[in-house]
Amino acid sequence: MTDLTRLSAADLSSRLTSGDVSSVEVTQAHLDRIAAVDGDVHAFLHVSVDALDSAAAVDADRAAGKTLGELAGVPIAIKDVLCTLDMPSTSGSRILEGWVPPYDATVVARLREARLIPLGKTNMDEFAMGSSTEHSAYGPTKNPWALDRIPGGSGGGSAAAVSAFEAPIALGSDTGGSIRQPAAVTGSVGVKPTYGGVSRYGAIALASSLDQVGPVSRSVLDAALVHDVIGGHDPRDATSIPDAWPSMAAAARAGQSGDALKGVRVGVVKELEGEGFQAGVKQRYHETLDLMAAAGAEIVEVSAPNFEYAIAAYYLILPAEASSNLAKFDSVRFGMRREVAGGTVEDVMAATREAGFGPEVKRRIILGTYALSAGYYDAYYGSAQKVRTLIQRDFAAAFEQADVLVSPSAPTTAFKFGEKMSDPLAMYLNDVTTIPANLAGVPGMGLPIGLAPEDGLPVGLQIMAPAREDARLYTVGAAVEQLLEAQWGGPLWTQAPELT
Amino acid sequence: MSEITPERVAHLASLARIALTDDEIEQLTGELGAIVDAVATVQRVATPDVPATSHPIPLTGGMRPDEVGQTLTTEQALAGAPDHDGSRFRVTAILGEEQ
Repeated sequence: MTDLTRLSAADLSSRLTSGDVSSVEVTQAHLDRIAAVDGDVHAFLHVSVDALDSAAAVDADRAAGKTLGELAGVPIAIKDVLCTLDMPSTSGSRILEGWVPPYDATVVARLREARLIPLGKTNMDEFAMGSSTEHSAYGPTKNPWALDRIPGGSGGGSAAAVSAFEAPIALGSDTGGSIRQPAAVTGSVGVKPTYGGVSRYGAIALASSLDQVGPVSRSVLDAALVHDVIGGHDPRDATSIPDAWPSMAAAARAGQSGDALKGVRVGVVKELEGEGFQAGVKQRYHETLDLMAAAGAEIVEVSAPNFEYAIAAYYLILPAEASSNLAKFDSVRFGMRREVAGGTVEDVMAATREAGFGPEVKRRIILGTYALSAGYYDAYYGSAQKVRTLIQRDFAAAFEQADVLVSPSAPTTAFKFGEKMSDPLAMYLNDVTTIPANLAGVPGMGLPIGLAPEDGLPVGLQIMAPAREDARLYTVGAAVEQLLEAQWGGPLWTQAPELT
Repeated sequence: MSEITPERVAHLASLARIALTDDEIEQLTGELGAIVDAVATVQRVATPDVPATSHPIPLTGGMRPDEVGQTLTTEQALAGAPDHDGSRFRVTAILGEEQ
């Protein structure tokens, strides 16, 4: 019998529709897989107790002939940054331990309307601050390709769940690379949509001008199918773009048609390789560019001189916005409270926040408070916002010359636990490739392009498109995926270790 | 040269309502000094002629009709609170006895 956990969401959808398998069987297979491997991987913070009931309800409706969405009955993992009515939502923080929100995030509500089966909540760096899940208050997630390595972050749980076959698809959130960098180091696919393309309502905010929710999967088409379910205007998010969007799944299928790369101008960002990039990452990246050129793509070099300042601008804007957003954890309305005998309400707040926040969260709140303080605002936060303008101009100029831009998704393959924990700046540099897209609001996709020869670990390609042109990512991404899989004789994940 | 001193970190922590320990203040002083020096490079290119961008995708409008809709019930709103009296959040006294 086919192992149901190795099938894509698209394949599961076909088999569910034809009646070949039931949603209960598919869901049980994934719950069994979680039981078998999650003790080692630790992708999940919470596993749903309702998944099988939801699956049975879908099976009943399908048997009764009701019209169901394409992904109805397909299980999905949800990053713990997203509010869920029926499961705790901690954002990886002790301060929200056990908190069950009184409402669903819009993206979660859309999953339920489309009758997907939420499997559980996935681990993450606390409040999405980090690149390794080492900053989770609940312990790190392990990389399924090498258990002594980080799975990326902040969305390491969603990426690991998908790459360890614990879920076919997952939701993540990406503020500076938290979907794309974990995808890179776990050999999975992840997409940060155009800012405003997917609702942020019910996503526990990190940096509101940067955060985007997006899909994580093992194939480009699966990411597109999830994007179609969660995307589109939400009146509950004031930054949600009101326009109609094309079908991302149709765009991905167009990419699989064979000649989708013909005449596509692919801009290679000069500043996003070179110093600090691992040799094997660069090798797989250039091999992929050659493959794209052979398939008819026109490779052009583009320059984005202000990308050099992206990390600096990001580590001012993000802490500034985070320090404001996290002010809501005041020990009054939700989460932890630490009583202080004889203390004032300020003492209680300060004691609660001291006990409830981890070191990275404190670091960024203090930094953000500094960047926003009187006398420093213009020099730091104001300057960072100007850099944001310069980076947008670099993107605009580059997109004059190219239809999509590319770079490695991350400068290195998965690093070992502890390697960068003592040096916050070294950890921040890991996001050099992904941050520019967040600052400019443009969409970006990460997809696997092979294993680095020196360590046998996955390498990712990042594709970026102009704002609102997310469909272009799926067409180009699916075309690249098809070329690579033809070369490998199947998806990269077939080479992943067994774990059990 | 960074302007981050232990006194400044302690002041920022009090503004941010985090009761840092002395050890944390000492460690953060060093770390934040290095981070601030690194991020200050934005000042090299942030010249007066460059406008600031606060939001990546400009949107206007976004207003909805002013209609009463479904909101949380009191019970739902209080469900996750550390302390409440059934209809309100209960907090530590904000005003002293003499006030």
